[in-house]
Amino acid sequence: MLLVIASETQISVRIQDFGHFLGKVIFPIGIENRLISDESEVVLEEIRLLIEIRWHGRGGQGVVTASRLLAHAALLDGKYVQAFPEFGPERRGAPVIGYTRISDEPIMIHSHIYNPDIVVVVDPTVMSSVDVTEGLVEDGIVVANAEESPDSLKDRLGIERAKVYTVDAKRIALDILKRPIYNTAMLGALIKASPLVTLESISKVVMERFPGTIGEKNVAVIKRAYEEAKGIE
Amino acid sequence: MSKVLGLTGDGAVAYAVKQCNVDVVAAYPITPQTLIVEEFSEYVHNGEVHTEFVCVESEHSAMSACIGASLTGARVFTATASQGLALMHEMLYIASTLRCPIVMGVVNRTLSAPINIHCDHSDMMGSRDCGWIQVFVENAQEAYDWVIQAFRIAEDPDVLLPVAVNLDGFILSHSLEGVRVLDDEEAEKFVSTRKPVLTIDPDKPITVGAICFTDFYFETKRQHVDAMDNSPKTISKVNDEFAELTGRRYGFIDTYEMEDAEAAIICLGSTAGTAMAVAKSMRAKGKKVGVIKPWVYRPFPTEQIIKAVENLKALAVLDRACSVGAPYGPLCSDVIAALYREGIKLNLFNVIYGLGGRDIRPTDIEAIFNEALEVAKTGVIKEPLKFVGVRE
Repeated sequence: MLLVIASETQISVRIQDFGHFLGKVIFPIGIENRLISDESEVVLEEIRLLIEIRWHGRGGQGVVTASRLLAHAALLDGKYVQAFPEFGPERRGAPVIGYTRISDEPIMIHSHIYNPDIVVVVDPTVMSSVDVTEGLVEDGIVVANAEESPDSLKDRLGIERAKVYTVDAKRIALDILKRPIYNTAMLGALIKASPLVTLESISKVVMERFPGTIGEKNVAVIKRAYEEAKGIE
Repeated sequence: MSKVLGLTGDGAVAYAVKQCNVDVVAAYPITPQTLIVEEFSEYVHNGEVHTEFVCVESEHSAMSACIGASLTGARVFTATASQGLALMHEMLYIASTLRCPIVMGVVNRTLSAPINIHCDHSDMMGSRDCGWIQVFVENAQEAYDWVIQAFRIAEDPDVLLPVAVNLDGFILSHSLEGVRVLDDEEAEKFVSTRKPVLTIDPDKPITVGAICFTDFYFETKRQHVDAMDNSPKTISKVNDEFAELTGRRYGFIDTYEMEDAEAAIICLGSTAGTAMAVAKSMRAKGKKVGVIKPWVYRPFPTEQIIKAVENLKALAVLDRACSVGAPYGPLCSDVIAALYREGIKLNLFNVIYGLGGRDIRPTDIEAIFNEALEVAKTGVIKEPLKFVGVRE
């Protein structure tokens, strides 16, 4: 399904499949006519997916690792990627931000991400000090590590059109890893919210990054989080 | 068969060096170059390379050790950034005038004070006249590709000059991207081994770098200039061979939509990518804008830039460094000098941006393009030198 949003200077086409948000394409207004014509083949030919994801967490929680694991998995799926941290002094416990870009064509842009399509909140406490929805595109997605339901979080964040997914990553991590490490659980929840990469790809890169038991447990975490994550439109 | 690996910019540099049969690496870790040294020392530790890794106590010592090793005929690599490059400064001149074909990764970071670990080009621009061949890259793939080509360029008997491959600190050094790498055998075949012309050897003693006063110093420097002036032939030859091997075509400059551009941006490093992305979307709105990205900064690509601006009406020169007290930033001064020498009067203005890592946003770039289009239309330059992205 294509959702077309027109503004004064551009139209943004958001691509959705079975209710899952897959990506956005921004066209300048000049080719508007082609987009809304019946020549659907032309439209599809023009479409290139660029998805921008922002990760929130705290130093030491593997936020950068998660942003990179996702990129590695997307590489396996044949995509173009960028994954980079918002570079500050690395302080354990302080709020940190990571970014991932995934695209069907080479990514030329090298600026920070100001209008993410998806925000992933790895640490639930960070939401009290950081505006995690800042700049989020109007119908974007928030995927949060939270005990509360997506309805409740959506109310609390005060976002109208964005989709919200929550998963209790802490419980899953303590169950399986016996340690409060939430980054891989959030990868599972993210893939549930938006099928950016396949479970196979993400499992493969996690096993490469953490060979042996640690990898296996993290793959189990990802799968459990994928199953348990709940979302609301 | 080549494969795609997920590598940071620094990781791409380390991986390239791993494949280049390097005999000696002497380096001191400094943010944001650190990943290069960390990852390469792992290759050494794991026995994946035969390289002698010299841990030194400073960058001054790192470059000194590199010079000594290079004079014995070894293939040598080092990497640094910011204060580290500044501390090397005097040795940089010695490396180039002694004609040591060292390859160095410079992970661009600003200079203190105040202390800042983020990207700008103040470090390399501060040592811009050190007589090294200088290359700037846009992304991790280019970092990998240029490091491999750098060994061939540096060590060619017609050149024998050190080469600095510059990549933007953090923006590239710590950003993971897909990098298409060569097989080890392919890379090894491409770079082969160094074939030194003249080496220091205990059995056949020679004196290197001894005193030359008013009698011969000037002639030595003149030969250094000649070597730099002759290097383009070798650079092109290596670019051609690399294109044949990989399909990836490099040159002195990269251009984007310059054929019929009315206004353009010229800039170094990762910003050129952002500028191209913005140009692409502005083109779709019918705005005739283009981008010039010098890959090779020294020797300065005068001829190529003049050709690229042939049909241009206005140019914005972006400098990620400032030459305090000078009429323009370093890149802009070079561009103007090149155009003046050829008698070309082109309306241009200089933009200083991104100092200390301040992000350059696509919206900033779009505003610069629009200003350049305005200059193209009216011929009026409101501000010859402006600062973008700073609070005033």
